[in-house]
Parts: sequence; C-alpha cells; structure tokens
Amino acid sequence: MSAVALSARGVSKSFGSLNVARDINIDLPVGARYALIGPNGAGKTTLINLMTGLLVPNAGAITLAGEDVTALKPQARVKRGLARTFQINTLFAGLNPLEAVTLAVCERRGIADRFWQNIAGNKDAIEEAYEILSKLKLGDACYQTTRELPYGRQRLLEIALALATRPKVLLLDEPAAGVPHEESGEIFEVVAGLSDDLTLLFIEHDMHVVFRFATHIIVLVGGAIFTQGSPAEIAADPGVREVYLGTRKHG
Amino acid sequence: MTQISTTSLTPQLYLQRQTRWRPIEIVFWAATLLPFWLFPTYLSLASQIAITGLFALSLDLILGYAGIVSLGHAAFFGIGAYTAGLFSKFVWGEPFSGLVAAAAVAGIVGYASSFIISRFRHLTLIMITLGLGLLLKEAANSAHWLTGGSDGLQGVSIDPVLGLFKFDLYGRTAYGYSLAVLFVVFLCARRIINSPFGLALRGIRENVVRMPAIGADSRAHIRKVYTIAAIIAGIAGGLLTQTTQTVALEVLSFERSADVVVMLVLGGAGRLYGGLIGATVYMIARDQFSGIAPQYWYFWIGALLVIVVTLLPNGILGGLSRLIRRWRRS
Repeated sequence: MSAVALSARGVSKSFGSLNVARDINIDLPVGARYALIGPNGAGKTTLINLMTGLLVPNAGAITLAGEDVTALKPQARVKRGLARTFQINTLFAGLNPLEAVTLAVCERRGIADRFWQNIAGNKDAIEEAYEILSKLKLGDACYQTTRELPYGRQRLLEIALALATRPKVLLLDEPAAGVPHEESGEIFEVVAGLSDDLTLLFIEHDMHVVFRFATHIIVLVGGAIFTQGSPAEIAADPGVREVYLGTRKHG
Repeated sequence: MTQISTTSLTPQLYLQRQTRWRPIEIVFWAATLLPFWLFPTYLSLASQIAITGLFALSLDLILGYAGIVSLGHAAFFGIGAYTAGLFSKFVWGEPFSGLVAAAAVAGIVGYASSFIISRFRHLTLIMITLGLGLLLKEAANSAHWLTGGSDGLQGVSIDPVLGLFKFDLYGRTAYGYSLAVLFVVFLCARRIINSPFGLALRGIRENVVRMPAIGADSRAHIRKVYTIAAIIAGIAGGLLTQTTQTVALEVLSFERSADVVVMLVLGGAGRLYGGLIGATVYMIARDQFSGIAPQYWYFWIGALLVIVVTLLPNGILGGLSRLIRRWRRS
C-alpha cells in the first residue's frame, strides 16, 4: 500500500437542506491517476472546492500528506502542495502567459511581496516560468495577452498556472471543458505527460478519455460516492451504467 | 501594450524591455519644466497640478493596479496636510522633515485601516472608504483646538527649502519643490509597479479568485499597497500645506476624494501616467471653466467626464495608446 497524498474523511457539506457532499471518503495514493465522474450536479466541483479550501465542510476532515488541512485557507494549502485548475477559465485576462506564470512562480518562491526589485532581475523565476510554458507548448504564445489567446491555449494556461506552484497533488476540473473533441486529446496528452510523482485527480465527462487515462474511477451521484474501482470494474458495473453511462449522453 | 515582433527575444529581456524608460516619458518630464519659462504667472497652478497629480498617483496604485475603489482617499491627503501643518507649528518649519512626518502619520493610519479594507470588495468597500473619510473629516472639524476646525489651521510657517529657496508669492519655489518631490515619489512608484509585487497587484486586479489558487495571500498584498498609497497621499497633502502655508478642512472633504477618482478615470487608471495626465487636464479645465462660468464649472467637468468615459473607456491615455497602435498597424 503506497502512501496517501490526499484524503477526505467523512466530508459533508450542505447549503440549507441541499446536501452537496455526503460523508465522502477518498484516499488518493501518491502518483495516482484518478478520475472523478458523475452526472451534472453530482457535486464533483464542490468536492474539489472542499478539498482546496474554497468551501469549508460542515463535517469531516481533509488531510494532505497526513496533515489535517481542513482549517487552512486555500493559499496555505497551495503552499503545502495542493493545486487545482478551474472548469471555467479563471485566468489573468489582462496579463500575458509569461507574466501570469512568473507571478505564480514568484508567489511560490515567496518573492512576490518584493516591491523594491525589478521583476526582470529575477532571472531564475522567469526562466522557470518560461520552461513550464514551453513544456505546455505555450512558449511561442507567451507574450500574447491571455484574453486574446485561442481557447484551447487558455485551457493549457490553466494547467501551467497550477504547475507553477509545484504541486504534489493536482486536481483538474474538466481540463478540456469546452475544447473541441479533436483538440481535447492534446490537452490530455499534456496531463498524461506530467511527472509520475504528481498525484492527479481529474473530472471528465468524456468516457473515452476517462478509460484511457485513469487507473481508478470514483463515481459521484447526488453528493455521495456511488461506487469506485478500476476502469474495468466501473465499465462492468450495471449500476453505473444505469445512473450515468446508460441514461446520459457521453463522448 | 506594444507588439513584439522578434521571436528571438528571451523572456527576461522581454520583461526588461517592458520596464525600460520610453522616450515619451523623458519628453513628459522635460515638459514639466516648461512652465518656469512659458507660464511664469501660472506657477501656483502648476504646483497645485503637481500635488494633485501625486495624489492621483497614490490612488492609481490601489485603484488602477489592485482594483480597490476608494471614495475616501482624501483621508490620507488630509492627514498628511494637517500633520505637516502641525509639525511646522509645534516642531520646526524645515519642509523635508515635515513631509516625512506627514508620510509617517498617513502611513500608520493607512496600515491600521488596511486591515478593514483588505477584507472587503466592491460596493461594501466603497461605502467603508466613504464612511471612514466622512468620519475623519468630522473628527477634524470637532477637534477645533488642534485643527482650527472650519476656520482652518492657523500659524503654519515653512522655512526655505534647503535653507535657500523661500516660498514666494509667484509659486516659483512651490512648483520647483512640488515637482521635485513628485518626480522622486514617481520613481519609487515606477519601481513598485515594475516589481514582483507590482505584478501581484495586477494579478489581484485581473482575477482575485485565481490569486489564492496560485498560493497568493491577496489580503497581505492589499494591506501593503494600501499603506504605500496612504503614505504617498500623505506626502501630497503635506506638500499642499507647505506650499500654501495653510490647511483648510477641505483637504479631508468628500469632493476631494471624488475629484481624484474622476481625474484618474479621465487620465486612465492602471497606467503610471494616468493620474498625472488626468490631474493636469482636470485642473486646467477647472481653471479655464471657472473663468468662463464661475458658478457652473462643475457642469463642464461633468460633460468632460461623460464624454471621455463613453468615448475612451480606458481614459485619455488608453485612447492615445489605441490610436498609436492603430496608426502603427496601418
């Protein structure tokens, strides 16, 4: 049994009478490639928000590498190695990718509060940012204002910003959301090419992608874990077919 | 802003180039010296413009760069103005130490209030800044024994700058002194904007939701920039006291807070020169309009604001840079 990178223990969250997360227990082993699937409104993004600290659970605990982080703010969790991307682009529209990723690198290095130093003087940080962008094939677009970038590139920048925090655990909320089918493969190639030490959990609707990239699948329905298992087990599960695969469009 | 055509540019060089002095900036600062020869009878106005420009620059740091809308920024201007006045009255009349005192007191109050400011955004924030501004003004009004209340602070007397330049009736010393201070503070502001911290401020403005997701503590950044802006506003207020040798309650007024927002929007928020250009246009327009129609000059300011904001969403400077880009393309 490998070490657990991130876990949710009995996590629950409700807004009034609406239960968006019910007693959720998840263990992500180090280096995992887990997929989180479920019909719309199942609480997938809510679960990511709970793990990253955007939402505070009513009950339960989130632990990161054994440390209880339930009470920590999102930025403090990022500093401990838990990063995420957003389903809807949450980028710095007026900055270019180089500036945005350099900012993220500066924040990680703890030099973003230096107001007396020229930004161009931080050679290491800038080169690191450019390296991340190049790896994600954004090197040639790094001087273009983010809002002018093609949509697919913006999705890659989402991942680049998360990688700049040097995460140990990365939660990807539909990394290819809104990207045409032909291009979504490209984004998942990038995801698949990430370091093996990095623990990954991703939300995805495209079952081909899920079965191709995930080693383990968690099915969420109505804010609770319906079932989980290997792709083969999930594919063979008649219950999953009924609640998700069979009754909903996919692919 | 500018399109980079060379692909061979390294990222570091690119960022360096972004922060480099442009020829137009040198032209701008050279032009600030022209009033000494071209408009020797308008030096008092020029001095007011430099001071107001400095005040607008301080607002630009929080509004234009970090996206914090304040309708009570005159609080720090007023604190600086009263501090410089009281300093000259009770300590000594040397101007530079008076400015340091003004900056320090404004900075301390700015830092204290930044803990409230950094927790809120949008309408709530506007109301809080507005409220704090009104609160301070009435406190100054009621503290008649200290501030002179609505009669203004009496007995301000400032020594010659460097012991050489006496403040004269024509505003020669006033303009030279204000301009020198403006330039030095501008250099500091320019440095801040081009620093990693400046980049973080732009990050807050562009997307405050993303900031925590890259591990940034936006509130700490906001506290810091708010304090810096308060210090600069305090210096501007101190300059006004020293160059006019009087302090009126008006330095803390809501109009002053509102006017400076108008100036910044006119000039172009989020651009280093936006506040300076906005203050220049506003002050000259006010001077001219009040000559034409003394009672109704705000009417024309209103008209100017509506026209600029509808036609040039990013202010005068935003419009200019768009024009230049279009001209370069064709």
